Amino acid sequence: MKPPAFAYHAPRTTDEALATLGELGDDAKVLAGGQSLVPLLNMRLAAPAALVDLAHLDGLDAIEVSDDRVRVEARVTHERLRRHPAATDAVPLLREALDWVAHPVIRNRGTALGSIVHADPAAELPAVLSLLGGQVELATSGGTRTAAADDYLLGPLESDTRPGELATALVLPRPGVRTGAAFDELSRRHGDYALAGVAVTVTLDADLAVATARAAFIGVGATPVRVDLTDSLSGQAHDALAPADAVGLARDVIEPTDDIHATADYRRHLAGVLLERALTTAAGRAAAGGTA
Amino acid sequence: MTTSLLGAPVARSEDPRLLRGEGRFVDDLGHDAFEVAVVRSPHAHARIVDIDLGDALEVDGLISVYTFDDLPERLREPLPLLIPHPSLTAGRTQHVLADGEVNHVGEAVALVVAEDRYAAEDAAERIMVDYDPLPAVVGPERALQADQAVHDDIADNVAAHLEQEIGDARAAIADAAHRLSFRLDIERSASTPMETRGTYARWDADDQRLRLYSSTQAPTSVRAAVAAYLGLDLAQVECIAPDIGGGFGVKIMHPWPEEILVPWVARELGHDVKFTEDRREHFVSANHERAQVHQVEVGFDDEGRVLGLDVEFVHDHGAYIPYGLIVPIITSTQLIGPYKLENYRVTFDSVYTNTTPVTPYRGAGRPQGCFVMERTIDRIAAHLGRDRTEVRAANFLQPEELPYDFGLVFQDGRAYRYDSGDFPGSLSKLKELIDWDGFAARKAAAAAEGRLLGIGLAAYVEGTGVGPYEGGHVLVEPNGSVQVSTGLSSQGQGHQTAFAQIAAEELGVDLADVKVVTGDTRRFPYAVGTFASRAAVMSGNAIHLAARKVREKALRIASEALEVDAEDLELADGKVRVKGSPDTSIDLNVVATMSNPLRYAFDEAARIATQFTQPGDPNAPPVAEGEAPGLEATDYYSPIHSTFANGMHAVEVEVDPDTSDVRIGRYAVVHDCGTLVNPRIVEGQIFGGVAQGVGGALYERMAYDEHGQLQNASFMDFLMPYATEVPRVDVDHLETPSPLNPLGIKGAGEAGVIPGAAAIAAAIEDATGVVIDAMPISPSQLHARRLDAASTT
Repeated sequence: MKPPAFAYHAPRTTDEALATLGELGDDAKVLAGGQSLVPLLNMRLAAPAALVDLAHLDGLDAIEVSDDRVRVEARVTHERLRRHPAATDAVPLLREALDWVAHPVIRNRGTALGSIVHADPAAELPAVLSLLGGQVELATSGGTRTAAADDYLLGPLESDTRPGELATALVLPRPGVRTGAAFDELSRRHGDYALAGVAVTVTLDADLAVATARAAFIGVGATPVRVDLTDSLSGQAHDALAPADAVGLARDVIEPTDDIHATADYRRHLAGVLLERALTTAAGRAAAGGTA
Repeated sequence: MTTSLLGAPVARSEDPRLLRGEGRFVDDLGHDAFEVAVVRSPHAHARIVDIDLGDALEVDGLISVYTFDDLPERLREPLPLLIPHPSLTAGRTQHVLADGEVNHVGEAVALVVAEDRYAAEDAAERIMVDYDPLPAVVGPERALQADQAVHDDIADNVAAHLEQEIGDARAAIADAAHRLSFRLDIERSASTPMETRGTYARWDADDQRLRLYSSTQAPTSVRAAVAAYLGLDLAQVECIAPDIGGGFGVKIMHPWPEEILVPWVARELGHDVKFTEDRREHFVSANHERAQVHQVEVGFDDEGRVLGLDVEFVHDHGAYIPYGLIVPIITSTQLIGPYKLENYRVTFDSVYTNTTPVTPYRGAGRPQGCFVMERTIDRIAAHLGRDRTEVRAANFLQPEELPYDFGLVFQDGRAYRYDSGDFPGSLSKLKELIDWDGFAARKAAAAAEGRLLGIGLAAYVEGTGVGPYEGGHVLVEPNGSVQVSTGLSSQGQGHQTAFAQIAAEELGVDLADVKVVTGDTRRFPYAVGTFASRAAVMSGNAIHLAARKVREKALRIASEALEVDAEDLELADGKVRVKGSPDTSIDLNVVATMSNPLRYAFDEAARIATQFTQPGDPNAPPVAEGEAPGLEATDYYSPIHSTFANGMHAVEVEVDPDTSDVRIGRYAVVHDCGTLVNPRIVEGQIFGGVAQGVGGALYERMAYDEHGQLQNASFMDFLMPYATEVPRVDVDHLETPSPLNPLGIKGAGEAGVIPGAAAIAAAIEDATGVVIDAMPISPSQLHARRLDAASTT
């Protein structure tokens, strides 16, 4: 469990990082928190010719909260974001999702954006990005672009980060009024990747009945599986949800598989249980005061 | 001393050093050593057609590569079968490097030596081994089908068949008012210590001596094996087990291939060589345990008394059987637990499979045996509609029946004879600790909220402190320090503290003055090893006996010096003093100085021992007949048979009715290991054992696919419980001293793990109403079982 030799680059500025990445192209991997990449290197499951380490970069560490969005730059760790009240007040789902991410020692090093770039289908933050319709900002030495979640998350451990590109920030829109969210999951051990999990948002109308409802599931597909539940739930009173149709719909849409930890049937069942619980929580929060 | 050190919960003296990161583990040594990487089989079963070194030799920093063909004659022999047994008629062990065939994923095929581990892995990756894959035998039942042999010359895959019987079990079952038969399974797991295996060898060409550091539970036996394989005198080899980051049984296995190869290569190359196993290797190349399938038939009366028990089981020992039949023999005997069984028959087949070999892991066959017996008692209780504690009580051996000889042979070849215990007393303590009688109300209250609570319990008896012997050496230095050594090694048990307590108690010295060295053949060359919950029993008593000899010698010397009868003297506060008149005394370090007649006054203190200052008879030899210089002694403890500790666990669980997730609530342990040397250490052992028991109940399994590939060879997928999954444990002690040894000690090392799976299975069954007959169990599996149960009712 020692990595094969690689060239190590530690740029000091974003421009230098982009220039280095541009020169190296396909040969380079970006190292941020290293919580997924370093084990892959040690097990020789990944063998990039070069690493470009963001640890010594001057910048790319901002958390920006504005009227309509939260923007989190590449070097922000899970834990720093989790403990950023303005950001988590603006997007409460973020806080709840981050509570589920691994353990403190991993959250202290792993980066929020790194988790999205890594695109593990059982990870929490890609689901948040997907559910809220967030975006990823990417840069090359030649310019920048913005990718929507659906375009960016391509498959298991596959995101649309192109050779020479650096993912620089993730952007999450703030939820509207009378919108509540919830995240629930079940993992075998505290902090493990979930057997299945779900993030939901519920928006109520002026009468506190469901206007829209959406869910994004983790661990039951190649990417976060987003399901629009509005047709199944609209018009239902926030405190008397009858989620059976929504649960049925979701169980039809998701594509869980068997592995050594759980069967596909169990995951399908579990996803439905978690959805029902999360919908109830989210609807209650929406009624209780907007964005909580 | 006014208060006894024995039984005092003193803090572990080793902890400050270990917690500050000042431990000295094998990989902390030998920074300039060459490092090795082992090319391991990716196949469960294959013939080796060819090994092509390819461009491995081009790797910068490569020193050498070895395959079977490069080995000298002696190293081409299979590794030893450590514990032979008359019933083990088809024993096979592995070679240090595969000889044309591999029988499990992870088996060593070639050894790469390089300047560092990075280069060694680079080269290992480039070596091309051409395999001709063969069908793999995976799982004990597949092995018994015998449609494919693991070893060509053992067509039925059976290494041994053993039967033991007391009374006439089948007749008793046939005559019983009630009969049940069922199957019980336990899956494969492993010790998985924090520190993986490691060996570091220094060959001193000038002295023609080998120093070997190994992360082992048996340094004296490693030394003997290495000397034999390398053709060296024992006097040329020293083996040291430095700090060891856990063993839990896997490190009692020896010699590992690397333990032979590394010192051999060090001598060949004239350079230090080190092997540090990585975690991925450990999962496939360090041994496993636990997997057994049991078929049970039981006959019982209306009170639930077991009249006859017949257990047939299959033990999956993997690709080789280096440790003999110890694990299944322990299951066979220890299954009985605290119950009076007069008609009992047990048979097992120990079978080969193309998986990592099996040798003891903490508990060593007992968790399986406990699972079988305790699940059986629960079945009986359910069948009769009786309380589970009542059925247990109806079957207990009573205190006045002990010692009790069952008429079976235990793992040490000695009588299976319980020496002491109070099982009814333990049960009543346990019921109080967990509030057993109040549970029905707790369960009903939870049910009213739609919650599922369950309670379970399990009892065990653990044969500990098996022989043949251990020794202890105690030396009081002229500076007052007390040097204690014993040959067995420490893997974190707190031996330094416990053994110091035993020596300090006998010598009346400060605990801080006692320095304990374990597992260093330079200090104590005779030992058996650290396993079977035996260190405190065996070395503890040996050190006690050696310290007693030192005490007697100190009294003799002081008696002469003070001109006081030895019977009127006592050892306390670092002095030998007159009882009732403590001002008349002589410091123990002065006694130590006087014990060694000197010619040279190398320091001020030594003057009193020189030839013109020593009083004494000028016509008698300065060292009297029968005496030796120095205030020191060696002694050994060698029991006739094992001592039997016991205990009971009870646990409450809550099962999520929708997800079938199991959460552990209360966990209570009543534990009897005889006289407690240090309750804090015993409780630490219990807590750690419970954690591993929880692992075996809910999380840990070696998930092999049908091709013999281990699918979860990492801590990401092999689910060792975190602190977050381990419950708070309430402990109560019962002390029924063993009559077999001077200190009355029984072992405590393994106990905590034994009843975990049985108790948790019982609690899940109680919560859900679903029969639990296989462990571990995951939420996914429990969900499926609940669905099955619902669809059949």
